[in-house]
Amino acid sequence: MKLRKEGGGIMSGSATEPAVLPPSPAQIVPTDLSEQMLELDDDDDLEVFSKDVTVTDGGAFSTSDQISPCSLLNQYGFEEEEGDSNVKDIFVTVDNPESHVTTIETFITYRVLTKTTRSEFDASEYEVRRRYQDFLWLRGRLEEAHPTLIVHPLPEKFVVKGMVERFSDDFIETRKRALHRFLNHVAEHPILSCSEDLKVFLTAQAWELTSHKKQGPGFLSRMGETVRAVAASVRGVRNRPEQFNAMQEYVESFGQKISSLDKIAQRIVKEQKEYLEELRECGPTYTLWSGSEEELVEPLKGVASCLDRCCKEKEDQVRQLSEHLAPTLHEYALCADTLKAVLRRRDNIQAELEAKNDALATKKIDREAEPRERGVVWQSLLGRDPEEARQQKQHRLEGEIVELKEDIDKLEDRVEWANNALKGDWNRWQRSKRRDLRSAFVHMAEKNVDYYEKCLAVWESFLVSQRTEFGDGAERRLPSTS
Amino acid sequence: MKVHVVVKMKRKRVKDRDVCGTTLLKTMEINVAEAEKRTGKNAVNMLETYTVYLIETRPVDTVSEGISPTPDSLWRRYSEFEILRNYLLVTYPFVVVPPLPEKRAEFVWHKLSADNMDPDFVERRRVGLENFLLRVASHTALSNDKIFFTFLTEENGWKEIVFETGFQAKADSRLKALNATFRVKNPDKRFAEMKHYGDELQSVISQLLRVRARVADRLYGVYKVHGNYGRVFSEWSAIEKEMGDGLQSAGHHMDAYAASVDDILEEEEHYADQLKEYLFYMDSLKAVCRKHELTQFELEMAAQDLSSKKQQREELATGTVRTFSLKGMTSKLFGQETPEQREAKMKVLEEQIQEGEEEVKEKNSECDEFVNNAWCDIERFKDQKDHDLKEALISYAIMQISMCKKGIQVWSNAKECFNKM
Repeated sequence: MKLRKEGGGIMSGSATEPAVLPPSPAQIVPTDLSEQMLELDDDDDLEVFSKDVTVTDGGAFSTSDQISPCSLLNQYGFEEEEGDSNVKDIFVTVDNPESHVTTIETFITYRVLTKTTRSEFDASEYEVRRRYQDFLWLRGRLEEAHPTLIVHPLPEKFVVKGMVERFSDDFIETRKRALHRFLNHVAEHPILSCSEDLKVFLTAQAWELTSHKKQGPGFLSRMGETVRAVAASVRGVRNRPEQFNAMQEYVESFGQKISSLDKIAQRIVKEQKEYLEELRECGPTYTLWSGSEEELVEPLKGVASCLDRCCKEKEDQVRQLSEHLAPTLHEYALCADTLKAVLRRRDNIQAELEAKNDALATKKIDREAEPRERGVVWQSLLGRDPEEARQQKQHRLEGEIVELKEDIDKLEDRVEWANNALKGDWNRWQRSKRRDLRSAFVHMAEKNVDYYEKCLAVWESFLVSQRTEFGDGAERRLPSTS
Repeated sequence: MKVHVVVKMKRKRVKDRDVCGTTLLKTMEINVAEAEKRTGKNAVNMLETYTVYLIETRPVDTVSEGISPTPDSLWRRYSEFEILRNYLLVTYPFVVVPPLPEKRAEFVWHKLSADNMDPDFVERRRVGLENFLLRVASHTALSNDKIFFTFLTEENGWKEIVFETGFQAKADSRLKALNATFRVKNPDKRFAEMKHYGDELQSVISQLLRVRARVADRLYGVYKVHGNYGRVFSEWSAIEKEMGDGLQSAGHHMDAYAASVDDILEEEEHYADQLKEYLFYMDSLKAVCRKHELTQFELEMAAQDLSSKKQQREELATGTVRTFSLKGMTSKLFGQETPEQREAKMKVLEEQIQEGEEEVKEKNSECDEFVNNAWCDIERFKDQKDHDLKEALISYAIMQISMCKKGIQVWSNAKECFNKM
């Protein structure tokens, strides 16, 4: 963390780095490198970038990311980060949903507030308005730039169950809170929070964001990625390291359990709401009864008022459940999907490496092989000198082999980087998961205790009011439990 | 269901509160201790299964002296209780007779079986029957009834004795009278108000019982779903290293929470039974008011009859026909009667008038007596009702408190476990 501040370099995954650098004192040599890189004019940058695209299979994977020592240090920094969350230097909040009506559409924007002391930000406070699409874009970019890092999920586009109206207050509030959590997870991530895209997202004016969005890998290169990804996943990976097998197993089980819990939590909310609906009828019935009585008016009204107050407390309790536990469980169910995707992408990178190794092996065999059977006949048909043809072929093969070896070198680096990134981020995710889920369940238990304590107080005060009137009847009350 | 008698006694809702007059309860301790299934041939010679209840009686002195001799006991089935009650209704029409527990389970929510053979239902009926006997035994008029005493002490032959009283016929005519429509000119306002109150209370308590049943159903759902947490936590803890212990123990508390609803709802059933007793009491209350209307109506009829006879006498004496009558018409058509005929008629009329006046006097005092006795019992009933229902509401509050305390405990424990996650 400290290094990042001092370095002031921009470590992000975006393809084009705007040449705006905060003036930084000449310090450690490594950061100078990245500054040098950035002084290359645009064309060179793009060329370098596009070359890398074919090799790395990750859209916005830039060379600055590959060699920037700060990002390497950040990797190692994962392990040192156990419980170190006090060094928070960026605070983000999402609030204040507002409706925007244009001739074409109506949509909601949310206010995004940023407070930071990071030097790569020009100011210390920013206020912008963003819509859901913008969040989707940001997450997409982050995943593209860091295919084997775990990016927190976004709330879903729409809720299929329950026919939630797109613009209902509840829906908007739930989404707002989920967006807030998303941004906070990103801002707390040591690598993701350095993303240029994140910075633009948090600071840019609407038009600036739009133009920034237009940059980045084009549609075709992204298509190329997808094709490659599909091909890789069809190929499958052969020697997945055991560590990742264990992760895969864990993710499968975890995903199932969390999904179950998600469903249970939602079911409980539903049952509580139905209970509350029925309970609301009780108070009024006792009040109605009191209208026919003389001596019993006070106790009946007392019971009615107790029931009404208990209803209020139940409302509170249910709201707490829907606002905290349920969404958290749902998010971690979505996380399981994210994790599966991350593992898949890692597998694909490794699969590509394996494929290239296979290709290399084949080519080597080709090189050693006697061309007699295949090539000679063909060449003589074409009227070429067989010996010349063979030499041409050998030459070509050698060239291909050299190229393949270079590719493989790069891929090996890439695989190692991807594996390390994932390993580091996995531990980080585990800690974050534990913290989030623990706090969600503790919160639920607290609110449940709260509910019962408040109801207890209500009924006890009723008893007190009755006992003072009842006098000698106190001993005649029924024992409450066996 | 051989449970020691003392344990069951705490369910007693009735205490001997009467200050004036002696009641049976002062000298005798009564319990409905057990229930048993029997099989036997019924009236149409078919095999049937039914439940019998053991009534135990003991002289009060021995108990208070600490000696506990074996109680006298006999077995009775529900239908015999019904016969006893019908007898009391007919014999003491001015008394608000206590009701029996319901014949079939009503206002049930899904878990409760509506089956008469269900052990929970049988147990609650046992309590209800005991309550009925205690209420009768603590009533000054009812408790001194011979038939009631025999019901408690003579197992065999009681049925013959009660039918010998001929109450059955009276019961039939009573029912007919209660259901007949007639208009009373001058009912005692208090009884009219009481009847109206009876209707209102029946309506509101029925509504309350229905709402309560639905609430119980929903509460059951809420608690039981938490049991799923227990199951999934346990499965989940198997794949977690650090979170496992906390999850596992939290799961146990979730199971405990889910299970706790059964006791809670059973307690609430007893509260519902207390409400039901007064719901059913309203039939008796309204019957007493109705009986007053009947006696008042009969008085009015007798008075009206007398008054019309007196008028006829007057007409006969003065020769004027003021009201339209067949006699008047015929006399106009066929000529007036002879003095002898008139004298004969006059004599009959005088006799009838004298009888009528006796009748009216009788009916009047009947009416007065009934009003006095009935109103006295209604006042007694009102006090009893106010006391019992207030106690019931307080016990309901106590139940809620107990439920809250359990909830606090479970969730506090769960929170501790979650903190260890």
